Amino acid sequence: MPEGLTAVITAFPYLLQGSLVTVAVVLGAMVSGLVLGVLLAVGQVYGRRPVRLLARVYVWFFRGVPLLVLLFLFYFGLFSVLDINLSAFTVAIIVLGLISAAYQSQIFRGAILSLPEGQFKAARALGMSDLKAISFIVLPQALRFSIPGWSNEYSIVLKDSAVVFALGVAEIMARTHFVATRTYQYLPLYLAAGFLYLVLTFVGVKALRMVEEKVRIPGYSRPGIG
Amino acid sequence: MADESILKVENIRKAFGKRHVLKGVSLSIRKGELKVLMGPSGAGKSTLLQCINFLVTPDEGEVWLEGSRLNRARKHDLYAYRQQVGMIFQDFNLFDHLCALDNIEIGLVRVKGLHKDAARERAMGELERVGLSDHAHHYPAQLSGGQKQRVSIARALAMDPKVMLLDEPTSALDPELIGEVLAVIRNLVANGMTMIMATHQIGFSRALADEIIFMEDGQIVEQGPSVKMFSDAVSERTRAFCAKISELYGETF
Amino acid sequence: METLLFFQQEVIPAFLKGLRVSILLILPSAVVGLMIGTVTGALRAYGNRGVRLVADAYATLFRGIPLVVQLFMWYFGLPYFNVYLNPFAASVIGFSLCSGAYHSEYVRGAFLSIKRGQLSAALALGFTRLQMVTAILLPQGFRRALPGCGNELIYLVKYSSLAYMITCIELTGEAKVLASMTFRYTEIFFAVGLVYLGLVTFASWLLQLVEDRFTVPGFEHHEL
Ligand SMILES: Nc1ncnc2c1ncn2[C@@H]1O[C@H](COP(=O)(O)OP(=O)(O)OP(=O)(O)O)[C@@H](O)[C@H]1O
Ligand SMILES: [Mg+2]
Repeated sequence: MPEGLTAVITAFPYLLQGSLVTVAVVLGAMVSGLVLGVLLAVGQVYGRRPVRLLARVYVWFFRGVPLLVLLFLFYFGLFSVLDINLSAFTVAIIVLGLISAAYQSQIFRGAILSLPEGQFKAARALGMSDLKAISFIVLPQALRFSIPGWSNEYSIVLKDSAVVFALGVAEIMARTHFVATRTYQYLPLYLAAGFLYLVLTFVGVKALRMVEEKVRIPGYSRPGIG
Repeated sequence: MADESILKVENIRKAFGKRHVLKGVSLSIRKGELKVLMGPSGAGKSTLLQCINFLVTPDEGEVWLEGSRLNRARKHDLYAYRQQVGMIFQDFNLFDHLCALDNIEIGLVRVKGLHKDAARERAMGELERVGLSDHAHHYPAQLSGGQKQRVSIARALAMDPKVMLLDEPTSALDPELIGEVLAVIRNLVANGMTMIMATHQIGFSRALADEIIFMEDGQIVEQGPSVKMFSDAVSERTRAFCAKISELYGETF
Repeated sequence: METLLFFQQEVIPAFLKGLRVSILLILPSAVVGLMIGTVTGALRAYGNRGVRLVADAYATLFRGIPLVVQLFMWYFGLPYFNVYLNPFAASVIGFSLCSGAYHSEYVRGAFLSIKRGQLSAALALGFTRLQMVTAILLPQGFRRALPGCGNELIYLVKYSSLAYMITCIELTGEAKVLASMTFRYTEIFFAVGLVYLGLVTFASWLLQLVEDRFTVPGFEHHEL
């Protein structure tokens, strides 16, 4: 183990830089997934038939195809055929974001559906347009209820982000493997990587719980969940 | 006297950690009698009833059923004993994955080894007896509290118990549902079922109980015929408790 | 026309070969994972303190560390102890242990959600402990764990593609090899995506059938 320990200690700053890359990928994916996910959710709940159908096909596709296949499809396939030159880092964010949007849309959809119907009606009774009612009344409430689901989604995206190593993005896993193949200290280094992921999960989940507390409306919790 | 009793319990003691919940309780009941257990919350009524059935294992104490002592170390004897002592719980404890009919059938098939058809017939009969034959295929989630309790009584009755233990069978029910369950129990009394029942229903107890047993702090503090107990209880505490209950539930006696 | 020929002569044979390996990965991992999950879940719900501590730690670790990292540990890491696994074995072990940890979460929740009183009621009727377990505990636990564990099995279908990363050439691997040789990335990865989509959709449909078969009032699964 001493040799392994030395390898881990020597590589640690380098791995820590990798966790900055990981965090950047995850945040990028979560935020783009949030925007697209909200649109998909609203489309699924309030949209016309073709919109609803489209949103459902989207969710079905991106929840059904493995991340690795999508990464290859976009990085080696689509983007190069379309002659769009994107870095592996950017493609990683896009693909993780597209998938996360599918899952996040399900979280938001559930939250929107759990709101009492009267909320939407009351907003429109005040003379709000549908769009205004959705953006000023429905979403502010639904997004609050979505935080626990979001926290779960965060830990999934974080773990999935290790797969983008397949494209050569220099995140935690790529760097770990890089050092391991040179020092031959595979196990200690992977354990160190595992530890970093556990810490990142823990910190992220804690942070989201703090956000949840902060934006909580007094005396108000998600209907039906208590 | 001891030989006449159908169930006899002697010197039951039970402690949870340092807390002595039962401090040597003895009682016996004869065939066809209804004994009512009363006492403040925490007195140990539920623990006593569960000890009688060994759902809670007492630290000390013996039980005789029809004059023969139960050797509970022998698993087979314990299971056979439990078949003969029916138990009704405050919160019904129906099996959630089985419909009303199957709830009654399962004991007959699994424990008594009855053939499926015979079990079904018997179960249907018991459901009829508690007035629920048209709910046979409803699941617990589809029944009201009162209906659930009636199914649980039917489930116990189907095993042909010699004694029934009832632990506050109506106290989890909305007031308007209490009547239907009490009616079923009243019917059992009329048919000569032997029962020990913990309850706060004073009117019911006064009318039907042969004896009231008043417990407090893990001990029987007073016992006697119901008429006597409610009119001139000897102990101050018993009287105070009865007064409080009647105030709470608006019953007079 | 040329594309059609390409698919007929190259893509489909390669996919069939890969699909066979994928299924050989998925089936044993699913079975072993479920067994691990059931036992661990039961221990986490009913075990004594020490057992619970160990089982909880297992679940936390294997759910918290990315599956890729776990696969690399089994394949590249185990030689540290002079244990050498081939890519296939390392994948099956990795998948089983990881999904076992997730299953255990659902199984534990399922057992804990069964009201204790029902177990007392069974004993009061004269059930033996074994009868109580087989007639009450397992049927209810199974129903409550079904949606979660089923979802986990569907994830396993998708995540089996990660075996490629430790050079186990299954469906994704065959696609990658073929694409690298022919440079027809888009068609091939789109096609392989559709194959996974088919597998996942089929698995979801199967799960739905099983759920419908066993659902009783009070045990419904409301998907949001
Ligand atoms: N499993 C247990 N572990 C620890 N303490 C217990 C346990 N079961 C009961 N007790 C304690 O034993 C005492 C008697 O409880 P018990 O439920 O028998 O009272 P009770 O007379 O039935 O009251 P109630 O009218 O509220 O039902 C209570 O103080 C309770 O906290
Ligand atoms: Mg009680």
